[in-house]
Amino acid sequence: MTLTEREQPLPGRQVALVDLLDRLLAGGVVITGDIVLSIADIDLVRISLRALVTSVTASGDPFALDGDPSVPDGDPFVPDGDPFVSEDRP
Amino acid sequence: MNGEPSLTYVYAVAGPVARLDEPLAGLRGVGGAPVARLSLPGAGQATPVFVTSQVPEGQWGEEALRSRFEDLDWLEATARAHHQVIQALAEHTVVLPLRMATLYQDVDRAREALREQQNTFAARLALLAHHTEYGVKVYIAPEAEAEAEAEAVAEVDTADSTPAPASAPSPGKAYLRARRAQHHAREDRYLQAGQAADRIAATAARYATHAVHHPAQTGPLSRGESGENVLNDAYLVPDDQAEDFRAALQQAGRDLPGIRIDITGPWAPYSFAMQPAPPTDPTDSPGARS
Repeated sequence: MTLTEREQPLPGRQVALVDLLDRLLAGGVVITGDIVLSIADIDLVRISLRALVTSVTASGDPFALDGDPSVPDGDPFVPDGDPFVSEDRP
Repeated sequence: MNGEPSLTYVYAVAGPVARLDEPLAGLRGVGGAPVARLSLPGAGQATPVFVTSQVPEGQWGEEALRSRFEDLDWLEATARAHHQVIQALAEHTVVLPLRMATLYQDVDRAREALREQQNTFAARLALLAHHTEYGVKVYIAPEAEAEAEAEAVAEVDTADSTPAPASAPSPGKAYLRARRAQHHAREDRYLQAGQAADRIAATAARYATHAVHHPAQTGPLSRGESGENVLNDAYLVPDDQAEDFRAALQQAGRDLPGIRIDITGPWAPYSFAMQPAPPTDPTDSPGARS
């Protein structure tokens, strides 16, 4: 087997867009109470963008760790007033 | 912004500000905008701050944004600019990345949001201090795939897919046997890949405080990768464990033929920025955990 290590930041080396979008589209804190954007609309766009990274058929994770609660399929419902909302993988 | 209506774009919440101003000076964010910190008036050094840019409303309003999010070139440029700011911060302090395109009408509205949630932010930042996110991706190596593909092509050339009767002459039997063997080989390969991925994930988890399973990367953007992605995890690793984490992954993968492991990072804790939802919360969604 081979092991590739990608250290960032390194000069002249770019983070793979696919890895970046994995994090930027599914990660990060969502602050509700934002008055400019409708979170629901944006989430719809994000979900369609997710298709660039993950094909629709790739649902579920056959290799999930036992007992790890972080497995997908969230309703990206955002309860009001919750400062941290993680809509994870669609 | 010279009188042009602007919005406040928030990249992240950042920890103690002591050494924040220097990295921010000269940094450019989304759309090339300068980056500044936004603090609560009278707050101490330990209070979290927002890291922000002022962006033109004409380009970042709701309507404009909705259509621009469909533009992959714009999306990439924006994602990279956002990421660059996060990375620059992460080199100097604890950072809690916000979802890309978090926008407020103005600085006052942003400050209000910061004030309301400063305690929650501070608690989360404290949990993330001295931890780093790493990505671990496992691929079924392309050599094995190429082999399987070559077999598949040969198979199409030699026979149709109708099963031959048991009494068929030897070419049919030979074909069936070959096909069965090929089928088994493919199953074995996936079984082995699954076991390898399990082993790798278990190893990684030993050195991590949290793990998040991202879906395997199978979409159009991942086509450039050789091999098939079967595991796409993120691990939050204490900084003093990072070397052992890498070494253990190398060790774990040593006897795994046909498998490639990609370690990405260090990343700011994008995959761990959210707070785990309390299990008793009736509005809890199944995916809302870290």
